[in-house]
Amino acid sequence: MEALLTEGGTILAAFWMTVRLTAVSALGSLVLGTVLTAMRVAPLGALRTAATAYVTVLRNTPLTLVLLFTGLGIGANLGLELSDDIATNNFWLAVIGLTAYTSAFVCEALRSGLNTVSVGQAEAARSLGLGFVRTLALITLPQAFRAVVAPLGSILIALTKNTTIALVVGVSEASVRMRELIETYGDQVIEIFLGFAAGFVLLCLPMGLLFGWLSRRMAVAR
Amino acid sequence: MSYANLYEAPGPRGVRRNRLLTVVVAAALLAVAAFVYVRFDDKGQWAAEKWTPLLRGDVWATFILPGLAGTLSAAVAGVVLAALFGIVFAVARLSEHRWIRLPAAAVVEFFRSVPLLLLIFFAFFGSYVLIGVNISAFAAVVFGLTLYNGSVIAEILRAGVLSLPKGQREAAYAVGMRKGQVLRLVLLPQAVKAMLPALVSQFIVLLKDSALGLIVGYDELVDRGLNGIAANFSNVIPAAILIAGIFIVINLALDRLAHRLGQSS
Amino acid sequence: MFGRSLYAVFAVAALSLTATACGGQAAASNASIVDKAKNDKKLVIGVKADQPGLGLRTPDGSFTGFDIEVAKYVAKQLGVEPSGITFKETVSANREAFIEQGQVDMVVATYSITDARKQKVSFAGPYFVAGQDLLVRADDAALTGPEALNGKKLCSVAGSTPAQKVKTEYAKEAQLQEERTYSSCVDRVLGGQLDALTTDNVILAGYAAQHPGKLKVVGKPFSTEKYGIGLKKDDTAGRKAINDALEKMFADGSWTKALQASVGASGFAVPQAPQLERY
Repeated sequence: MEALLTEGGTILAAFWMTVRLTAVSALGSLVLGTVLTAMRVAPLGALRTAATAYVTVLRNTPLTLVLLFTGLGIGANLGLELSDDIATNNFWLAVIGLTAYTSAFVCEALRSGLNTVSVGQAEAARSLGLGFVRTLALITLPQAFRAVVAPLGSILIALTKNTTIALVVGVSEASVRMRELIETYGDQVIEIFLGFAAGFVLLCLPMGLLFGWLSRRMAVAR
Repeated sequence: MSYANLYEAPGPRGVRRNRLLTVVVAAALLAVAAFVYVRFDDKGQWAAEKWTPLLRGDVWATFILPGLAGTLSAAVAGVVLAALFGIVFAVARLSEHRWIRLPAAAVVEFFRSVPLLLLIFFAFFGSYVLIGVNISAFAAVVFGLTLYNGSVIAEILRAGVLSLPKGQREAAYAVGMRKGQVLRLVLLPQAVKAMLPALVSQFIVLLKDSALGLIVGYDELVDRGLNGIAANFSNVIPAAILIAGIFIVINLALDRLAHRLGQSS
Repeated sequence: MFGRSLYAVFAVAALSLTATACGGQAAASNASIVDKAKNDKKLVIGVKADQPGLGLRTPDGSFTGFDIEVAKYVAKQLGVEPSGITFKETVSANREAFIEQGQVDMVVATYSITDARKQKVSFAGPYFVAGQDLLVRADDAALTGPEALNGKKLCSVAGSTPAQKVKTEYAKEAQLQEERTYSSCVDRVLGGQLDALTTDNVILAGYAAQHPGKLKVVGKPFSTEKYGIGLKKDDTAGRKAINDALEKMFADGSWTKALQASVGASGFAVPQAPQLERY
């Protein structure tokens, strides 16, 4: 217990980093995932092919490698400096990597959501004279979102846990802190693990409950 | 395509416009690719000496194939144990006894919420305190993969069983089966079949997650392959591209297999 | 049918798994590494596999580097030919575990002798005294030591204390980047994104030798790290035998030769052989 109590402040700071990474990446993934979904159902073959290729590659590559590519590829080789401060720079690199990876899953979920929207909806929209973009944005996507609230919740929980892999680009979040603590307080491994595990349970469990409740509330009655 | 109803079949003007837009999109994508290519070229990432080692037989024999073997053996062990764990806990959560159902639910929810990385760390560093022996990196990785993916599989199977029509259970009881038989012979096999796509994507997740073994020094594809090659030829990026390619090929093959299984049954 | 065959598959797979997991290696009856070397003519030695110049696995599957040469020399003195040595990769996190479990007979892997580690294992040596230093681009004339790091970007490997030390003791304004491997750090220093990599000078020399003309070691070590050969905690006989072997290696010139061959290409000045610390 001693380790958890004396290091309480730094542990909270590490979890705060986890929360920030999760929140920003979640927002990014939602936006990028929606754009990718739109691309995958677009009338243009080039857009469809590009989006499909993107999703296939990102979904099947380990996140460790995706983050390695953002760190070394974007950071060191493309020379993209997002901030002069290393910590901030790493944070944004991690956000880019997590967003790139997670948005592929968001896209898959949304696409299956689109499949649940009945054909008549889009047909009615078209007969009113709405074009592709407006049909998608006003009619079908909103319904698709309501259908996939639960899967999106699972993706958010997975994202929260995946932020631990941001240590690959040198972001010091909860898992890094846990490892450091285990190295310093070798005799308190179990307490330290349970403490950090409890932190993640506290983050993830309410998310699961919230999204479960939301998905029931928002379900499209048919 | 089932999405074709989102837009009208384009007329002559639409076809022309679409063609133009396609060219614009393709040009934009090519521009991005060219930018990356030029920047990487500036840093010498396309230099032949960074890429040719990846074609050498001895590089494959020493780094890639042993790494692949490590990744696959951890994944296979993880899949088998996770499936067992999943079946046991799915059944436990479906139990009629509260004292079985609730602890099982707690275990499943706990392991679903804890990041795999933490589980692997803990198994590796905590085993000495907990059971008096240091476990191997392989055991730590398989431990983490089993508990995490097992709890997800438990949830998938449980959802599968719950989605079956009530008649299945009732009919099984009607022909005189006992509780265990109903579950084992009637409900679970159907749940597995119904949930096959979800199960396979979980197995893909598991395979990718085995890459986290590098954190405790487990000899897998990312550690042995990427770092081993990069230490010799200082070609992190080319090696990473190759390793990512290998993962993508394996996962796509698994995906294809799942499709075929799903169609045949 | 589907159900039953599925269960059978799981049962068989689970059984075979537990069998392999518990099978493990046969318990060794040799009390000391000396006995094992004498009786079996075989040793398993834990080494680093990703550090050029010290311990590196090469594409043909063999290992090269200074640690490897030391290990081979010591093994030979114990009566084991190179063909009887199995090198096994260790990483910093699992060296003590490997020794305690008997997965390796000794560890020669840039293994610093510390009091904390002496609680778990024992050390022969030191066979090399390294010092923390900086690796910078060859054309970088401004970075002359840890004090010059203020406002610069420094790379180190995650979970290592050396970088923290630089920050607290020399340059408070230095920014720290933690990477997972030295290779990534080297890439970033070469790419100009970071300014320096810090760790033990001999490790840095290995990388400088890999990129001649592009990277250099600053050459002002600001700490001492004594590399020892780790073995089982209670193996006093083994410790003595290995120390004798090291003494001989220092005396007959093989030590200098091995060091020169491994990291000499970087211009690394070969020091005097260290003083053994027998206990």
